[in-house]
Amino acid sequence: MSKSYSYPEFPYRQSAAQREGRLERHPLVVIGAGPIGLSIALDCAQRGIPVRLLDDNNTVSFGSRAVCYAKRPLEIWDRLGVAAPLVDKGVRWQVGKVFLEDEQVYQFDLLPESGHKMPAMINLQQYYVEQTLVDACEAHPKIDIGWKHKLVALSQQDDHARLTVETPDGRYHLLADWVIACDGANSDTRQMVGAQFTGQFFEDRFLIADVVLKAPPQPAHGGQRLGTEPERWFWFDPPFHRGQSVLLHKQCDDVWRIDFQLGRDADPEAEKRPERVIPRIQAMLGPDLPFELEWVSVYQFACRRIDNFRYGRVIFAGDSAHQVSPFGARGANTGIQDADNLAWKLKLVLDGSAPLALIDSYQEERAFAADDNLLNSTRATDFISPKSPVSLRYRNAVLELAATEAFARPLINSGRLSTPTPYLQSSLNTPDAEAFAGRMKPGTHCADAPVRHQDQPAWLLNVLNTLHGPAGGFTLLCFGDRPAVESVAEGPIVARVLSVGDDVQDAEGLLAQRYDAQPGTVYLIRPDQHVAARWRRFDAAAIRAALRRATAQH
Amino acid sequence: MPLNRQPNIADPDDFYRELIDSQRGLSDAQAEMLTTKLVLILANHVGERAVLSEAIALARDNTLQHG
Repeated sequence: MSKSYSYPEFPYRQSAAQREGRLERHPLVVIGAGPIGLSIALDCAQRGIPVRLLDDNNTVSFGSRAVCYAKRPLEIWDRLGVAAPLVDKGVRWQVGKVFLEDEQVYQFDLLPESGHKMPAMINLQQYYVEQTLVDACEAHPKIDIGWKHKLVALSQQDDHARLTVETPDGRYHLLADWVIACDGANSDTRQMVGAQFTGQFFEDRFLIADVVLKAPPQPAHGGQRLGTEPERWFWFDPPFHRGQSVLLHKQCDDVWRIDFQLGRDADPEAEKRPERVIPRIQAMLGPDLPFELEWVSVYQFACRRIDNFRYGRVIFAGDSAHQVSPFGARGANTGIQDADNLAWKLKLVLDGSAPLALIDSYQEERAFAADDNLLNSTRATDFISPKSPVSLRYRNAVLELAATEAFARPLINSGRLSTPTPYLQSSLNTPDAEAFAGRMKPGTHCADAPVRHQDQPAWLLNVLNTLHGPAGGFTLLCFGDRPAVESVAEGPIVARVLSVGDDVQDAEGLLAQRYDAQPGTVYLIRPDQHVAARWRRFDAAAIRAALRRATAQH
Repeated sequence: MPLNRQPNIADPDDFYRELIDSQRGLSDAQAEMLTTKLVLILANHVGERAVLSEAIALARDNTLQHG
């Protein structure tokens, strides 16, 4: 039914192992070629791990699905070399407006601080994201994608898992040192290991209608017309959809996402039919605005988390590990950060350079982030979809007050948009022993900053990446005089010096400002571009201790 | 500063009458909305999170004690 996009069909290839009846053992098998599985495959492959990626289908996401991508995931994709086409194609936005009936009661601006390479947020259909990632994975010599390869059974030994996979040529077995399950909220793999996936279910049903419009929509009755700048518009109880909420987002190719709350009693099958959907859209946009229906989906959601992110040799990432409501764009965005967190740890453990405890720090750090996302997501859902008459009254009281009273506006919650959760309590951090101001506490993802590198304008995060090449590594970001050494090693773990003032120039002074740096300040930065430790002077013994800690060698 | 649980309103009878009168001529739904808004307005004025938590807990406990 898509008018603006034609779905690629990726070729099924029978593996030599299946054809020859060989039992092959892989260091890493990734289940599921969605945004998370593809990102993790790319990250692991770039770090040097051969990846067998299996997907039960042979195309990209059907429908636009996850459409909002935030700055931090874009920075991660930039590290993986795939962000540029996504940012070029995506729709940048930063203003959100909230309406009660047809009156605007609140406006927010994601206000991207200047001096960052990546925008605050882009909207892009999930199929474009997946296609870009598939192209990068197919081009990578260490990634072998098995389309139409469905995992049907899994058993575990001490140091590997045995997988039964069904293909168009029948079933065969393979072994994997590690399995990463990125097979989504309804993960079969999760059931195969017997994991619990519990949380809160929400009874409300929602209708997504993607429509193709050649002109910006002018909501009937609303009186306000979207300008040329794309914005996120959210209505509570609008005249065109009484008693419910509506969310509007612009995607690329003139596709607009309209998300209608339907309530608890809606019939999901009936609501999907065009004869039901089209009148809803006409009520909103007016009867005369021409549009084409691109994709329709009726959904319910839950906010829930897996009990353990690792079962033996099987690790869960993305929606298979945590499921949130769509309000706040926290699903795919947090999943990409799972991939970012896990790949470097898996590489060091596979190499024998770090103990298994480093993998378990993935659970420690990402379960902490998942819980933060679940909290935010549940709070937004409770505001949008109140569960009792009294909570509905509080919600409406806030909205009515907000039109004239500034104090009520921060209470409006139409979804708090995804921002990274710093790992402030992580056991991998070395706590500060000296005074530092600002946000770059140990456990925080590195803020980007404009720099000059090799006499060219550049970005800190890109320079961190090029210092190591795709395999990645630890960095010592040193301000002031260049240290006497090029690197500090703790066994096989090496941290390389990046001297600010020598290797890179702090062109606008933003780097020193964002890192509260003085001459002598040293930051130890992890391979996933998070702060592990920081000091006011270069001390090789302290750096080695922090490297041990950051790789779980306590 | 903890929640003030001692008398603090100068003219209690006058305040109480004003509170009740504020609902005159309103439907039940409007009166309930007024009360809800009053909670939000006063909560914002107090602002102090710990005091608000103490007040919420007191109102809940006192309600539960009365069945």
